[in-house]
Amino acid sequence: MSSPASTPSRRRGKRGRGSNPPTPQDARSPPSQRRRTDDATSTGDLQPMPTSPPAGAQSPSAPDALFSSPTQFRHSAIPLDFDISSPLTYGTPSSRVEGTPRSGVRGTPVRQRPDLGSVRKARQVDLHSDGPAEDVVATEQSLGQKLVIWGTDVNVASCKEKFQRFLQRFIDPLAKEDEDIGLDLNEPRYMQRLQEINMVGEPFLNVNCDHLRSFDENLYRQLICYPQEVIPTFDMAANEIFFDRYPDSILEHQIQVRPYNALKTRNMRSLNPEDIDQLITISGMVIRSSQLIPEMQEAFFKCQVCAFTTRVEIDRGRIAEPSVCKNCNTTHSMALIHNRSMFSDKQMIKLQESPEDMPAGQTPHTVALFAHNDLVDKVQPGDRVNVTGIYRAVPIRVNPRVSNVKSVYKTHIDVIHYRKTDSKRLHGVDEETEQKMFTEERVEILKELSKKKDIYERLSSALAPSIYEHEDIKKGILLQLFGGSRKDFTHTGRGNFRAEINILLCGDPGTSKSQLLQYVYNLVPRGQYTSGKGSSAVGLTAYVMKDPETRQLVLQTGALVLSDNGICCIDEFDKMNESTRSVLHEVMEQQTLSIAKAGIICQLNARTSILAAANPIESQWNPKKTTIENIQLPHTLLSRFDLIFLMLDPRDEAYDRRLARHLVSLYYRSEEKMEEEYMDMAVLRDYIAYARSYVNPRLSEEASQTLIEAYVDMRKIGSGRGMVSAYPRQLESLIRLAEAHAKVRFSEKVETIDVDEAKRLHREALKQSATDPRTGIVDVSILTTGMSATARKRKEELAQALRKLIQSKGKTPALKYQQLFDDLRAQSDTAVTKEMFEEALRALADDDFLTVTGKTVRLL
Amino acid sequence: MPCVADWLNNPFSIVQGIFAQNVPNSDWEKKVTEYFKEKLKENNATNWVPSLNDVPVHYLKPNSLVKFRCMVQDMFDPEFYVGVYETVDPNTNARVLHFGKYRDVAECGPQQEIDLNSSQTVTSERQTFYCVPVPGESAWVKEISFLTELVLSESVVVLNPQFYAYISASQARVSPSTSYTPSRHKRSYEDDEDMDLHPSKQKEQHMGNSCSGGDIHGCVEPKRLETEASAGHHLISPNCSPPLDLNFPLPGEKGPACLVKVYESWDSFKVNDVLEVYGILSVDPVLSIVNNEESSSLDPMDCMDTAEEQRVHSPPASLVPRIHVILAQKLQHINPLLPACLNEEESKTFVTNFMSELSPVRAELLGFLTHALLGDSLAAEYLILHLISTVYARRDVLPLGKFTVNLSGCPRNSIFTEHLYRIIQQLVPASYRLQMTIENMNHSRFIPHKDYAANRLVSGVLQLASNTSLVVDETQLEQGQLDTTGVHNVTALGNLITWQKVDYDFSYHQMEFPCNINVLITSEGRSLLPSDCQVHLQPQIIPPNMEEYMNSLLTAVLPSMLNKFRIYLSLLRLLDYSISDEVTKAVEDDFVEMRKNDPESVTADDLHRTLLVARFLSLSAGQTTLSRERWLRAKQLEALRKARLQQQKCVNGNEL
Repeated sequence: MSSPASTPSRRRGKRGRGSNPPTPQDARSPPSQRRRTDDATSTGDLQPMPTSPPAGAQSPSAPDALFSSPTQFRHSAIPLDFDISSPLTYGTPSSRVEGTPRSGVRGTPVRQRPDLGSVRKARQVDLHSDGPAEDVVATEQSLGQKLVIWGTDVNVASCKEKFQRFLQRFIDPLAKEDEDIGLDLNEPRYMQRLQEINMVGEPFLNVNCDHLRSFDENLYRQLICYPQEVIPTFDMAANEIFFDRYPDSILEHQIQVRPYNALKTRNMRSLNPEDIDQLITISGMVIRSSQLIPEMQEAFFKCQVCAFTTRVEIDRGRIAEPSVCKNCNTTHSMALIHNRSMFSDKQMIKLQESPEDMPAGQTPHTVALFAHNDLVDKVQPGDRVNVTGIYRAVPIRVNPRVSNVKSVYKTHIDVIHYRKTDSKRLHGVDEETEQKMFTEERVEILKELSKKKDIYERLSSALAPSIYEHEDIKKGILLQLFGGSRKDFTHTGRGNFRAEINILLCGDPGTSKSQLLQYVYNLVPRGQYTSGKGSSAVGLTAYVMKDPETRQLVLQTGALVLSDNGICCIDEFDKMNESTRSVLHEVMEQQTLSIAKAGIICQLNARTSILAAANPIESQWNPKKTTIENIQLPHTLLSRFDLIFLMLDPRDEAYDRRLARHLVSLYYRSEEKMEEEYMDMAVLRDYIAYARSYVNPRLSEEASQTLIEAYVDMRKIGSGRGMVSAYPRQLESLIRLAEAHAKVRFSEKVETIDVDEAKRLHREALKQSATDPRTGIVDVSILTTGMSATARKRKEELAQALRKLIQSKGKTPALKYQQLFDDLRAQSDTAVTKEMFEEALRALADDDFLTVTGKTVRLL
Repeated sequence: MPCVADWLNNPFSIVQGIFAQNVPNSDWEKKVTEYFKEKLKENNATNWVPSLNDVPVHYLKPNSLVKFRCMVQDMFDPEFYVGVYETVDPNTNARVLHFGKYRDVAECGPQQEIDLNSSQTVTSERQTFYCVPVPGESAWVKEISFLTELVLSESVVVLNPQFYAYISASQARVSPSTSYTPSRHKRSYEDDEDMDLHPSKQKEQHMGNSCSGGDIHGCVEPKRLETEASAGHHLISPNCSPPLDLNFPLPGEKGPACLVKVYESWDSFKVNDVLEVYGILSVDPVLSIVNNEESSSLDPMDCMDTAEEQRVHSPPASLVPRIHVILAQKLQHINPLLPACLNEEESKTFVTNFMSELSPVRAELLGFLTHALLGDSLAAEYLILHLISTVYARRDVLPLGKFTVNLSGCPRNSIFTEHLYRIIQQLVPASYRLQMTIENMNHSRFIPHKDYAANRLVSGVLQLASNTSLVVDETQLEQGQLDTTGVHNVTALGNLITWQKVDYDFSYHQMEFPCNINVLITSEGRSLLPSDCQVHLQPQIIPPNMEEYMNSLLTAVLPSMLNKFRIYLSLLRLLDYSISDEVTKAVEDDFVEMRKNDPESVTADDLHRTLLVARFLSLSAGQTTLSRERWLRAKQLEALRKARLQQQKCVNGNEL
């Protein structure tokens, strides 16, 4: 984007359509002069562009002939049907008036397309009444007849023919089942669309430019470069086919073709003077929309003296009021009749760059959009949209009477098509818009990377390189970033199966848990970062608000819903209050959020992975206690985490030494050096995004066998000691982890190695978090029931011992509390705390063996 | 007019000359920049260029070359403009080519018309930045940079009479200061010529200022707007509009805001960058007339911006002048005592000279700060380390090199912290004292946010340039309730300290802007804000009259010494630093040893901090590598500091 004037190609006139000064000669010339050659001077204004193929050199006399006798030229050289195909007939008021039956091409009224430039239309109408079609220049080529719209290389007839062929024949080879419900994929796609128009009666045909490009590259290029000329041609083509097929169909107005998904520009920042008057697609967020502006298209004047009426079309935003009545020659007798004037709707919208497209440290750009007719009020502020339209630049005149011009152009986009990118957020997954666009080279690089043997290690070490070691935790988070495959069991009544992996990090303060969370939050596009201390249930879920302007109830989404399809990082998980935490139960298993308040009952999707960090209650991790005891979280919540990691400060010399070296290196090595060593954050991000959207691994036969074995093994280990060491939830976790690992390899199949790694990681996490501190045995029940099996056993034993003790005392109806406690302590070979004693008493009371009243224990 | 001075006074004639010579091809633009680059390289030429920071706009000649030291506060949308255009004389049909670069208005003679459809027309793109003077810039920075100009003004007087008029006026006053209260002693010829522009200018200023009643912005500092011209006027113009908020990050700031039009490589500039721009000043009154006249009735295209947006994006040129940039450079620092660019040959000698006398300067500075901190030399040592700290790198999210110091144990009367701030202000080029009161937290705007109605970034206190010293005064905090804004503000402050970033509020989403701000927290007990290192102040002397004591301290230090302190602090921040393998090994051993002895209290965080202290300790002595002695000294300092904290804990019982 550096100094734009340096390229010679820009030396040609680039300016908006409406910029023609009101000289008659200029008005006749089509507005686009972009392709005009440098030697085009004032006299050679009408030279066709040299690039018009195939015989580039046209006869030099052609322009002159044209100029002098356009009428004759037209009649001689143009076949009769040109009348219909010419863009001229399109949009003339004559066609609106004629044709009494309301069907067929002729009968259906044409609606003006202000999105393509209303100024132009106005000129054409005037010309049409004179007869000659000066707008369209026919250049007689030596080889056959070639009609080219002036200033472009567009031949109307062939363009129309090509587009008709496209409509009739195009079958999307890449179409997926779910994309278009109700379309037969093996039939021409757009013919079915036309059929739809016939049934529904909405006269708009949306055409994906990508389809057009794969069908006819040249036609696509023409559409991009000369949308103003080509789109009307497309309209004609579509209408001809439509009314050919459905001659009796009655539409509100003729079909308008709306191309979308032009690949020319994706990013607002890359718009430059080259794009003026071209078809572009950009994405962004609507930040403001204006009120509806009625724009006068045609004014209706009536003479106050003789009642003679006349119509005046808008010309560059102005109506030239006739000062003299043509009929009676009275001056200043013409009055505007508002009711009979024609207006069209118009709306100004401000679009802001989406945050993903922005370079760091700069503020977002904005661009103005003009929406016309039924595109008005289609979007609201806050919507993310992809806009297809024509980029315009208009000079600002300081004052119509002063010749000085402000040297700046105003730019805007005339909207042709909107596509909301987040409209489906609340309803279903819109994968297509989710996808980031990857260039082919990028995909190649990523695929190359994925073939590396150590890709898993490589990626995990690229994750938060400033955090030292904790390899397994990083691997766990990496798998979380990739996520499992989405499965749908709705038809079997099980509903959606969770694909997201939840991870809890707990451990000593100062072990860079927050830093990991920050890193993840910065890495993923849909990340949310909240702190348990500061968030309320409302802030996490959604709340209903009354819009101050409309007095409407509006649902505002919170962090969990906002991170749908992303990761929600929750720091200080333990400090969250009870009611807030309870919200997470639903989110973490069902992946939905139910809301019932203020007359709104709904269920929102919250398919978010949760990465939480919790500090131990006693500020330092007590290795003598279980995880539950250390962090005091309800086990119902804990069991919903696939992996729970302990981040402890290991106390051994070798670790200290490595840590010291790592830290010292942080403090003096230059940044470039550090960059080299690890994978770039951008590559990592792309890698993950690609895998998430394109790789969907399924379990292979072999892998499922391994999984079954692994699960059975886990169950077996526990059953040997009379406890359960695995639940179906653990099996689900294993499957998710294995799938995520397969995604890391870009593999469509989950294989044994994936399951092995999943098993290892799962075991590793269990070993850390579910080890019974008393016995040193891994025990899942710590997480699932909140108490280890041995602890439960001990409790029972103590109760039995107490019962025996009491029984041994003989028939005393009442016992002193303190006495009993001391006796039990004296008898027991292990230390008995007061709590344990009370628990035992309670257990016996439950058995109706005794009751405790105050300081005495009574037997029953 | 002498032609030597043309490039200063009438740069358009130079551009026109170059343009006319090279017109068919487009490299005239490059030649223009090269020409001016050459001119400014000549000895002291940069000082001849009048600076918008020091001279009020109306003393400067329109369309002359000016410079401006500023911070990018906001970036507007790119503009397309006519780079080259052609005018036609309808009578003779003669065509003339003009350039539109560096101009706001495409000019043409009275008998000519602009032919926008000419094939010669070139459309180009430029970017507009909204720039404000560096927020919190210390008074001495302004003074010194102005004085340098004053000294050199002898040679300039011939070249720029208006500038001279201002300088002579300033000299008439006892001390040159930056508050603009021009007393016109002399009116030069150009001034008279200028007068015909003035009525319109004055009118706008009235419109901008005199009617503070109807404030749409909801009373966002209407007082900020005190520009000198409006002071004495009380006329109320009929169609008055609310005063324009010039959008300075800090309350109470003065100085010109500027629309800077950048023509080259604007992608390399970021929000909050400090720039020095050389460009052509444009105060064409036409720019403001565009807004006054309700042109929307004429052309629907014009009404696509709201009135508010128009006001913000094209404010009256007399209030917010435009600068069309010919040369722009990012500044590493804004200290006028240092050469602007440290990589050049001449500046290298400057650095070596200064480094040779570094240790006495350090000793003096330590002594000075010890006195300022009531005789506490340990705290003074840490304060030096804090003042030369800077974020030198970022490892993914972790900023390296930030050293936030929490100076606890400050006496509760605010005079001490206030005076401490005044001393810091004398030493660093940019600073701000944030008084943490409930009132301040709840009512001031810390986080910049986007105003979509006006389409601009409304600034906040935390929008500061790199290396600004932010002194947070927590001794002012009383018990009370923070409301939502207050909580947001405290969170933002905490994030700033921990991650050195501020999340700007774009209402639909947030955007993260990295920053590099030195935060010093003064508090009574431990601060509620996070910090890298807490130093408990142990005053050795309690002066009976704090104010007198502090003032005498400042007057006692020689100005030349003060300047040396300033150079010292700015220069050391920019030095490189490394650790040899040998010392790395020693540090490793040390750490392992420490962990062995006391695994509970020595953590990775301690190592982080000690490494930081060692880094700044070495740098403060002018050493760019870590030596074994420095490492030991750093450990010693840390031990002293910790012992003090322990002691404090014991004294206060359960207070942490």
